[in-house]
Amino acid sequence: MAKNYETVIGLEVHVELATKTKIFCGCTTEFGGAPNTHTCPVCTGQPGSLPVLNKQVVEYAAAVGLATNCTITQDCKFDRKNYFYPDNPQNYQISQLYLPICRDGHVDIELEDGTKKAVRIHEIHMEEDAGKLVHDDWEDVSYVDYNRSGVPLIEIVSEPDMRSAEEVIAYLEKLRLTIQYLGASDCKLNEGSMRADVNLSVREVGASEFGTRTEMKNLNSFRAIARAIENERARQIDIIESGGKVVQETRRWDDNKEYSYAMRSKEDAQDYRYFPDPDLVPVHISDEWLEEIKSRQPELKPEKMVRYKEEFGLPDYDIGIITDHKKLADIFEETTAICNNPKKVSNWLMGETMRIMKEKNEDPENINFSPANLAELIEMVDKGEINGKVAKEVFTHVYEDNIEPKKYVEEKGLKMDDNADDLRKTVEEIVSANPKSVEDFKSGKKQAMGFLVGQVMRASGGKANPQMVNQLLSEILLNM
Amino acid sequence: MNELCNLTAVELGKKIAAGETDAVAAMQAVIENIEAKEDELNCYVTFDKEAALKRAKEVKKLMDEGKLSGPLAGVPVAIKDNMCTKGMLTTCSSKILSNFVPTYSSEAVINLEKAGAVIIGKTNMDEFAMGSTTETSAYGVTKNPRNTEHVPGGSSGGSAAAVAADECFFALGSDTGGSIRQPASYCGVVGLKPTYGTVSRYGLIAYGSSLDQIGPLCKDVTDCATIMDIIASYDPKDSTSIKREKYDFTSALKEDVKGMKIGIPRTYFKEGLDGEVKDAVLKAVDVLKQRGAIVSEFDLDLVDYAIPTYYTIADAEASSNLERFDGVKYGYRAKEYDGLHNMYKKTRSEGFGPEVKRRIMLGSFVLSSGYYDAYYLKALKVKALIKKAFDDAFTKYDVIIGPVAPTTAPKLGASLSDPIKMYLSDIYTISLNLAGLPGLSIPVGKDKSGLPIGMQLIGDCFKEDNIIRAGYTYEQAVK
Repeated sequence: MAKNYETVIGLEVHVELATKTKIFCGCTTEFGGAPNTHTCPVCTGQPGSLPVLNKQVVEYAAAVGLATNCTITQDCKFDRKNYFYPDNPQNYQISQLYLPICRDGHVDIELEDGTKKAVRIHEIHMEEDAGKLVHDDWEDVSYVDYNRSGVPLIEIVSEPDMRSAEEVIAYLEKLRLTIQYLGASDCKLNEGSMRADVNLSVREVGASEFGTRTEMKNLNSFRAIARAIENERARQIDIIESGGKVVQETRRWDDNKEYSYAMRSKEDAQDYRYFPDPDLVPVHISDEWLEEIKSRQPELKPEKMVRYKEEFGLPDYDIGIITDHKKLADIFEETTAICNNPKKVSNWLMGETMRIMKEKNEDPENINFSPANLAELIEMVDKGEINGKVAKEVFTHVYEDNIEPKKYVEEKGLKMDDNADDLRKTVEEIVSANPKSVEDFKSGKKQAMGFLVGQVMRASGGKANPQMVNQLLSEILLNM
Repeated sequence: MNELCNLTAVELGKKIAAGETDAVAAMQAVIENIEAKEDELNCYVTFDKEAALKRAKEVKKLMDEGKLSGPLAGVPVAIKDNMCTKGMLTTCSSKILSNFVPTYSSEAVINLEKAGAVIIGKTNMDEFAMGSTTETSAYGVTKNPRNTEHVPGGSSGGSAAAVAADECFFALGSDTGGSIRQPASYCGVVGLKPTYGTVSRYGLIAYGSSLDQIGPLCKDVTDCATIMDIIASYDPKDSTSIKREKYDFTSALKEDVKGMKIGIPRTYFKEGLDGEVKDAVLKAVDVLKQRGAIVSEFDLDLVDYAIPTYYTIADAEASSNLERFDGVKYGYRAKEYDGLHNMYKKTRSEGFGPEVKRRIMLGSFVLSSGYYDAYYLKALKVKALIKKAFDDAFTKYDVIIGPVAPTTAPKLGASLSDPIKMYLSDIYTISLNLAGLPGLSIPVGKDKSGLPIGMQLIGDCFKEDNIIRAGYTYEQAVK
């Protein structure tokens, strides 16, 4: 009989911080740019150049640490990690080994079935990103682009506390949401601003020792992570079942082929000869500075949820969806501040906004319309200036081109038509043009009423006040 | 020899300011002298006569237009070849940087240029400042102008020799374990290693980052203080740069040591010290005593531990600092290779000399997993204890005086065969780098064979004024 296995997973998550400049020089962190244009003597490792720490990096790292319940190391240091590779211009990476900025935190996750769990954080440290190698397929040449060299990263190292892909995804989603709320990073997996390496081992259920673990790299989406975990679990169980031993190694996931291959084993592991970087002085985070960082911490999802209930009286369902994305929550709050109609704002976000987003396969991050325009649209509906159908149409333009609804409605002549005399004339015309439907209605077929309303609306170019149409139609039909 | 060359930097600066001569004439005088002596001495790695004259003309023009003035405006200066100079070859006397032309200048050089000093060229040194004789240079040895059968000392040997031979009016050197003070002593010139953090290291190609410090090599103490006024600055580009209360060194040029407390560490005068050196230094101390200084002997602890501590820390840092020289981005690359790792291996094997390789290996070893605690971490602890021993001494003394080196300049070729012996000759200088202290080396006579002897004046951190005052007083007394 097959044994029961438990998967043990720990994550190393790299997050690119949203600073304007690099960690040790004044170069821009902007993505793209012609190769080696966002560089200087420092981030290309020129002889004699020296690093100077960007304080914003410390503030973001500490903010993430505080939001994940870590202890902040108020006297932390940078160390050099020595290894030779062309994308690393100094041939050492400035990182933190001995005194990382954050330690001993935890992230609370909740699974689909409502199970709650804390995933412990071992440490968070600051470090610099490497450049990028470009291999020329036609000639036997490689080039190196140092634009990314020196872009600030934090590495969040969890304890091996996760037991399934579901827990891993819940942990990553929580982490991503928290960091986005903090504004410390946009955390885009597909663009590499958030990268997760999965350390995984299996053991028999009930065993007290961990099995031998492997480290999986090159995971660019939550889907890839989930599949790589399933795949690696199965691979390790196969090895054990067939009497073999799992080798401690680093593996690379190929998402197209849905399998992983060994990159390097522990035997090849390099000695990084870490030592404190003598070019940088220890970082002292004074009590005052730490307080300042604390006082700037934005409201995170749990507090926001409580406040939305108390302040706006929104249903739990709405709150859950809106606070699940910082961008949605921001738009909600800004729009509500203008039009003071939280439920209607929530409806627009959860209804039309979500629908269009899904249709276009976009993230809330991609939303570009200004809250003022949504507020204006809501007010126009409230005041009866446009009907619901027109409003939906106008909203698609708000979403896509951020148009100003009032101006747009005027230009396109979409204002609601509630001139009773005009409308009565239209209704009468429709009634006399559709004797069959009138007869159906009189013989008790109530759906005929709907058809007639539709006809009137169409004749009015969609602008008619639907309530008035209904009222007029009933009146006329009853009097016939 | 052109008479201008006999002037000190400050004297020349005054003559230029008075209109008695100018930057171009001064440069021409130096060039004549270089052309006469350089074949024998080899002080410079890079010397481009036309470019030097062009720079002198530019400075003269600015001075004529009244846009530039100052005590060193128009004065020709030599720069050690481990400081970046924009557009000018910077080799660290290594084959691996044989073609390296920096895109920027080091902060100290920029400060000098702003003050109107005119760069003559780049001086020879031990490869990557690793050595005590300037014999590890990939570009030939430099000879001691006082006796060409002897070394000029190192690693700033080219700078010291250029000053001694009047091939420049003053020079910049760098000091990681004595590399300014020891060649100054061997060549009979003045050299100062400032307090760590006083002169920006930005643009100085690092050897041991936590120990490296740029300083002047010059003809007298007045020049030394004047140069310090110019090169010392707080530089936000160097995280180890320290904002000092004042950057005025010349106000310490006073002939007054009355009541100054001078400590003589007995350990610095024990066996291993050449008798002639000892006598000359103690005689110089007597001169200060006669001028009113209060002199007493004391025991300075831990001196014996300084050398192993120093070589552990300096080499560890060097092994990492020199990783960037890999043939990828700049400098020498092996002609033939098979793949990336072979390119690294061949480039570095061919590009570095034996002393550099030895220190990279030592440094890599002390940082390697399993040895880090026993060597590197322990060395850091001893470093802190050495600093404390000096702190204690400076509660009692204003200045500590000792020799610079155990002997006068050795003969060419005598040191390289025995690296340990060469390392031991750093015994009196390296503690200052470990403790971050300033040290001034001034000439106090000659031995029987006519080789200069140097005296080292050690000050507490940021107390350069004490050692400048004592050095100046001595200099005036024996003039």
